[in-house]
Amino acid sequence: MDLLSRQGLRTDGRRSGELRRIRCKMGVFNQPDGSAYLEQGNTKVVAAIYGPHEIRTNRSKAPNDSAVINCQYSMATFSRSERKRRPRDNKSAELTLHLKQAMATAIKTDLYPKSQIDIFVQVLQSDGGNYSVCVNAATLALIDAGIAMEEFVISCTASLANGETPLVDISHLEETMGGPSLTVAILPISGKIAMLETSQRIHINHLEPVLTEAVRGCRFIYENLNKIIKKHYEEIGGASNWGTEEYNI
Amino acid sequence: MTMKVTSKTFIRKTKRGNILKIVREHYLRDDIGCGSKICKKCKHNNERPLVKHQSINKDFPDKHYLLVDTNVVLHQIDALEDETLKNVIILQTVLEEVKHLSHSVYKRLMDIIGNYSRSFYVFVNVYHRDTYVERVRGESPNDYNDRMIRVATLWYNKHLDDKIKVLLLSSDEASKAKAINEGIPTMSLEQYISGLNNVTLTDKLSNRSCMVEETSKEPIFPPHLTPAKIHQGIKSGKLMQGTFFASVDNFLEGNVFVEGQEKNILIQGRENLNRAINGDIVAIQMLPESQWSAPANLVLADYDDLDLENDLNTVEKPKEKYPTGQVVGIIRKKWRQYCGIIQHSLVENATRHLFVPAEKKIPKIRIETRQYDKLKDQRVIVSIDTWPRTSRYPLGHFVRSLGKIGERDAENEVILLEHDVPHSKFSDEVLGCLPKETWTISATDLVGRKDFRDLDICSVDPPGCTDIDDALHCMPLDNGNFQVGVHIADVTHFVKPGTAIDLEASQRATTVYLTGRRIDMVPGLLSSNLCSLRGGEERLAFSCVWEMTPNAEIVNSTYTKSVIKSKAAMTYDQAQLIIDDQNQDNSIALGLRQLNKFAKILKKRRIEAGALVLASPEIRFLVDSETRDPLDVEVKQIKETNSMVEEFMLLANVEVAKKIYSDFPEFAVLRRHPKPPPSNFESLIKAAAHLGVELNVDTSRDLANSLDKAVKLDNPFFNTMLRILATRCMLQAIYFASGTKTYDEFLHYGLAAPIYTHFTSPIRRYADVMVHRLLAVSVAANNTTPEMLDKRKIEALCQTLNTRTRMSAYAERASVALNTHIFFRGKIRDEEGYILYVRKNALQILIPKYGLEGTLFLSPRKGQLQAATFTYNEEEQTQRCGEIVFRTFDPVSIQLSLDSSNVQHERIVLKLVKPEIPNFSVPSITASTVAVQESQKNPHEPCDSLCEPQLKKAKI
Ligand SMILES: [Zn+2]
Repeated sequence: MDLLSRQGLRTDGRRSGELRRIRCKMGVFNQPDGSAYLEQGNTKVVAAIYGPHEIRTNRSKAPNDSAVINCQYSMATFSRSERKRRPRDNKSAELTLHLKQAMATAIKTDLYPKSQIDIFVQVLQSDGGNYSVCVNAATLALIDAGIAMEEFVISCTASLANGETPLVDISHLEETMGGPSLTVAILPISGKIAMLETSQRIHINHLEPVLTEAVRGCRFIYENLNKIIKKHYEEIGGASNWGTEEYNI
Repeated sequence: MTMKVTSKTFIRKTKRGNILKIVREHYLRDDIGCGSKICKKCKHNNERPLVKHQSINKDFPDKHYLLVDTNVVLHQIDALEDETLKNVIILQTVLEEVKHLSHSVYKRLMDIIGNYSRSFYVFVNVYHRDTYVERVRGESPNDYNDRMIRVATLWYNKHLDDKIKVLLLSSDEASKAKAINEGIPTMSLEQYISGLNNVTLTDKLSNRSCMVEETSKEPIFPPHLTPAKIHQGIKSGKLMQGTFFASVDNFLEGNVFVEGQEKNILIQGRENLNRAINGDIVAIQMLPESQWSAPANLVLADYDDLDLENDLNTVEKPKEKYPTGQVVGIIRKKWRQYCGIIQHSLVENATRHLFVPAEKKIPKIRIETRQYDKLKDQRVIVSIDTWPRTSRYPLGHFVRSLGKIGERDAENEVILLEHDVPHSKFSDEVLGCLPKETWTISATDLVGRKDFRDLDICSVDPPGCTDIDDALHCMPLDNGNFQVGVHIADVTHFVKPGTAIDLEASQRATTVYLTGRRIDMVPGLLSSNLCSLRGGEERLAFSCVWEMTPNAEIVNSTYTKSVIKSKAAMTYDQAQLIIDDQNQDNSIALGLRQLNKFAKILKKRRIEAGALVLASPEIRFLVDSETRDPLDVEVKQIKETNSMVEEFMLLANVEVAKKIYSDFPEFAVLRRHPKPPPSNFESLIKAAAHLGVELNVDTSRDLANSLDKAVKLDNPFFNTMLRILATRCMLQAIYFASGTKTYDEFLHYGLAAPIYTHFTSPIRRYADVMVHRLLAVSVAANNTTPEMLDKRKIEALCQTLNTRTRMSAYAERASVALNTHIFFRGKIRDEEGYILYVRKNALQILIPKYGLEGTLFLSPRKGQLQAATFTYNEEEQTQRCGEIVFRTFDPVSIQLSLDSSNVQHERIVLKLVKPEIPNFSVPSITASTVAVQESQKNPHEPCDSLCEPQLKKAKI
């Protein structure tokens, strides 16, 4: 199977620069201080925020002038087609770290000294770009929790088809069939890169086009999410449909 | 644009046996165009190859486009390739099915689609929001695809508002009926083509309809098992899967290579072969051991030699039995298009004919044609369509003609096609990558290059060589050592990675040298001019420069891109004269002499390490420059200077191999020559032992030593024969990516080198191009490209290079055989020959003068009586007739002539002259007198059809 047909269509019918469908809902849970549900294609993620609250563990090591960020990334047992008994593997631990790194670049931790912010994300259904969707969901949940941020953190993936055409927002099939895939998280307004990772060695000649495509994807996602958030708050302000509606693009 | 999204669900079984449900998104679009020039509805209709045209079909007079279903593409690709069929819509559904079912048909279909003049359009129906339909519960994949095709055809007809009709071509009766029922204009391709009244196109139709006629007959073959039964049988171990190789000598015998089995499985007899064709992947069942057999050791040259066929069934089987089996099913057919001729037919106006393939391993094919009179003396191409149980021969159809039999261009075309040698003209895209004809070295070309223009560099090549890859120099240094340079044409300066010219060269893999015709790997401007290191001209090169002690030890080495100006391009003879003429003491002469000294030291060192000196009878034809006819043959002479150049090329290859391997342990392109398994030598050891010569094959050095010792004073050619036969015991040397093998496996057995590569002929071998690029990165002259660092891609390319290299060697051999035939037209010659193998009914004879190997039949041919009888001794490998005994290696005198009685299939006939055997051998003839007489009859052209005027115009 080709990643990109001669007619320029990908295996799921998208063109090389098209994102998957985005659907989201903010404030899905009552218990946490903020929450969000985000779908990018068939990858479905929930994020929940607790905090800022007092530091519960390791108080002695906590910095005096800023908040501690605690992250947890996990995958639901039913999230993949082949069910795994223990979804918390090394990969999850690694992604937890990466998630923390990306979110920490945007949260204004100095506003919350001696406190802790917990970010929990869970992948409900996995179909490529899990990490990116988690970053985006976490951003939405942080906004829902009203935690001060420099700006959004938005993540997107890209890969390369036939050794020449960059593909944006890749699905699981494209992840496994294709060459190296790249994940980037950026702060879209300043253009800062919060996290960058590649799945395997990527040749220097390919790095730039693939990275450019991933960043372009981030900007699209940013525009979409921004619209959804604006609409969400307009409706909350309008005192009807209290955040219960789904917003489609 | 808006997109709808739906999902596709698959159920898949994992390796562990778990059932998986896979859900994938499926986006439906509204920006896919219909591809028609007349359409005003589609906004996104960028590519519009479908044009408005008048119908010339009397059965469908409306203006129309064609839409074909999967079976039409699969079975009628030859007809679709015909230029007459235009304006054809290929649905994505069809394209995917074809790709899944036959890769070769898919490639051909893609070629047609790529040809804009054919007006084929791929409509991506599966992602179009109006033509995608979901599969309903219980619907088979076939029914689903058929429904998709009908929905798309209906949509097209509606979309084009009946201004142009879309006609569905379908061969399946049931789906045709369904379509007609839904009001879709539908026909079979046969019906459609009959409405066109086109004989050529009709011939190209697949021969499936013949089956109806044949089924009334008794089946000749046992039935094949169903795929499900085969699968089951293989799983339970009752059946085995393997590749079928037909015997070259005997059409009623073949072998199946089964992975993991020590010995090939022998298949004998028409019923057991059960319609397997050379190369097919087959399912076989072993016969009980009591029915095991042995290869017949017979030469069945003619398919219709029924006497011999019966002979095969009655001969006593020798003691040693081989595992024997029968074919019960064909898992994957490796049918391709075959070159050949149409068998002479006596019946006038007959339409059913037999096609005789050029490749002996392929059976005759029954075809239908109304063009017999036109095609009877032509080389033609034929495809196999089917092989029913009731038919002795497979059924096929005519594809196209290559030209007249015996005409050089047609015969060359056959050789090139049969060996799959890409030989079409270079495309405009490829030629567009070339520099201008007037290109000269500019200042930018010189950046990063060492200037060697003042060095006394020269090249030494065979006479008439225009693609000069390499040049040498040697000069003394103040410290008593020498500076030795090997300068190789810098092809990669012109052939940049990923360009059209690069892709073309990588597909061609090598330049192919047929007699009188060279099929270049890169266009002539590069191969014979800009890259060729001609004398007196400035050329770009890639140089290896070594400092060598007088004892030929390298003390340091430099690799650099350079610019050189060769002082002289010499032939081997010229260089030899300079070396031998002690009066010459200019720097070139001194350099050559020193190089020659070094070469001798290097060679001695190699031989001591166990390098083999093997032999293959290499001959070349002296060709008439006007007619390109062979005038005479000569055995290629090996001069000292020849060996001198060779030593330095070997040295450069070994040193470069070490260098790129140390810098790219995973990605270096290397060449290895595996040690042959001892079993390969069995028959050679046996044959030598009969003459009291013992061969030790434990290591290459042992083999080299025992070959050196094997001299028989009464048979001066004995040693060469042994070396020729030893060469045939070897395995192929192959290219590979260093990361795919361990260091021990890098061994080049023949050269006794632990590591080896090809660096010295980038003009004519693509492997060298890859090596040049790696070395350029090593010495920081270039940056890496992604492809260079992709182990899988390198290995895949190496496999292509290996296949192409092997096939081009076969093609070159076939070209020599062709010229031998042309040479012998109208000639009879007595020549010295030697027995290579002793067979049950024949002797295999080598005639060194022509590098020719032929069969001397000992048993009578069909319908002939023969007084002399021969007794075959299997154990001793001898044939005896009275007092006279024939053994392997024995010299014989042979009369050679060309049997042209069958115009369509000429062959060299061998007759025994000496030793004399009453009623068998023929009297000696003075060769020259006959040849002279013949040529006096027709002084310009001894051969019949070769003097066509258009041939003379053709360029060499
Ligand atoms: Zn249209």
